[in-house]
Amino acid sequence: MSKTVGYLVLLLLTAACFTLATTLQPHVGTWSRRGQSDSMLKILMGDGRRLFANHFFTKADVYFHSGYYPSIFDRAAAPKDTRHMTSQEGEPEAEEHEKHMDFLGPPRDWIERFGRHFIVTTHTHLEDGKEREILPWLRLSAELDPQRVDTYTVAAFWLRIRLGKVKEAEQFLREGLRANPNSYEILFELGRLYHENYHDPVRSRNVWELALRRWREQEPGKKKPDNYSLDKITVNLARLEEEQGNPERAIDYLQQAKAVSPATEELQKQIDEIKHKLSSRPTSANPAP
Amino acid sequence: MNPTFEPEALSHGDHFQSPASPISTPAPECARPRAQQASKGKRPGNLPQPFVAQTLLRPRTVALPARGSSMNKVLAIAGVVIKELYRRKDFYVLFVMTAVITLLMGSVRFFGDDKIVRYLKDICLLLIWASALVIAIATTARQIPAERENRTIFPLLAKPVTRWHVILGKFAGCWLACGLALVVFYLFFGVISGSREHHWPVLNYLQALWMQWAMLGIVVAMVLLGSVVFAAPSSNSTICFVVVVGILLLGGHLNQVALQQSEPMRTVVYSIYFLIPHLEWYDVRELVAFDQPLIPWGICGLATLYAAAYSGLLLFATWLVFRRKALNT
Repeated sequence: MSKTVGYLVLLLLTAACFTLATTLQPHVGTWSRRGQSDSMLKILMGDGRRLFANHFFTKADVYFHSGYYPSIFDRAAAPKDTRHMTSQEGEPEAEEHEKHMDFLGPPRDWIERFGRHFIVTTHTHLEDGKEREILPWLRLSAELDPQRVDTYTVAAFWLRIRLGKVKEAEQFLREGLRANPNSYEILFELGRLYHENYHDPVRSRNVWELALRRWREQEPGKKKPDNYSLDKITVNLARLEEEQGNPERAIDYLQQAKAVSPATEELQKQIDEIKHKLSSRPTSANPAP
Repeated sequence: MNPTFEPEALSHGDHFQSPASPISTPAPECARPRAQQASKGKRPGNLPQPFVAQTLLRPRTVALPARGSSMNKVLAIAGVVIKELYRRKDFYVLFVMTAVITLLMGSVRFFGDDKIVRYLKDICLLLIWASALVIAIATTARQIPAERENRTIFPLLAKPVTRWHVILGKFAGCWLACGLALVVFYLFFGVISGSREHHWPVLNYLQALWMQWAMLGIVVAMVLLGSVVFAAPSSNSTICFVVVVGILLLGGHLNQVALQQSEPMRTVVYSIYFLIPHLEWYDVRELVAFDQPLIPWGICGLATLYAAAYSGLLLFATWLVFRRKALNT
């Protein structure tokens, strides 16, 4: 008797599960079709996912420094932006970052002195292809917060520069662009990929010009416009135009860069060089009227 | 020559009359294990199921010869604790959970790159740390309260065993049990990371294991002290877990916090900083995950001495509290 009741209850539960599944399925289906910003993660975690995304991005930075990273108690020394993650040795950003990361100082007592034997105490960056170790955290960060632009640009930079994964870099940047269609940073990085890896000047020019347009649409009205990005976009456009034999346009872009760049003297030198080349061109080279 | 111990022969009903215990004395009725009292005139097979389950998981008392050395008594008590670890499900559950999560994370390919390994090492070590802490705290917290609750402490102390032996035995048992669990965890970690990296920095892993084990010694001693101070194992576990995690996260930064305070808070925080055992030293996960060179062995030895000193201090404090404590629950 009790066995029969047990089977009946089991049957009832199975029927209830089936009914519930058929009722819920259409709703679940719509969750994944709510658009790029309404992913399943957003529904489940709300804005809390941004917190985790930030944490994972920081984790990538910690990995980039092989564990040598300021704690929450050394907040002043924590990197303010992500430029150091994509800067090469000798660049001004790298030198500034080197100064910032000297946060340990002399030990305050014997406990701290002894404790330093068990932590990483030297400032290094990943190299020789080990940069790949930061990628899982960047991927997770992008999953949790697709609107965080830095994640795409940093990951794409290392994917194409050190790991030779140009296709994956392009894919990731395009994914970022779908989530952030107005991002001039992603467009700039995409332009670099076309220029440096695919050697496609036409596409890189188009993408950089679009990046410049997007910058002009968003930044000038701000209190602190992102001049660093404008400097990079215009300088790269100037180099491209110079390579493609358009010195006038190159000078124009360099003039724009000079207005916002801290390296005005160097840019002026470049302008002068291009002007000099222009003036020393043989007249026969000029197109006939 | 030391007499041999047969802890198994003395489990539950038969430990008062064991042939291995020449001086075993019948315990008073009130002090006998409940299983023994309940089984009077009944066949064990007739016991209700929950009762049997509870009895099987109960800490066992130990056969101790009258002329056994202190070390043997301690080891005999420790042996029972170790047996308890592998009879209970805690370790298996935590190990399977660690293995499943690590293998799942390892099966993920990021950007089609199969050489990425540090995140896996990091996650695996984090799980090992969490599991080891849970095992250490949960196993230790129930030792003395369970003996008192089940009244098995009376027959145990009726033998030539002092309260100091009980404390040392429980400590040694829990600590050795943690060590065994750590060996299994680190073997798994070594296999997983080695299969990805194709090199085995065995010394680094051994050093990490040793440091973690030394740290668990302090934790076990701390929980043992908590188990004679706090009323219930649950409150003891929770408080110890909060304290240990707090030290691991903040212990090394308290001096910085102190410097930002005004007097008298500065002195108070600095005093705490110097008083607490610095468990964060023993967390060398970053060094292992980021392929850093070995810690000098001398430093490792000093850290071990520091752990031994704190463990000894905490055990002494446990004894001070326990020696005059009434055992009736």
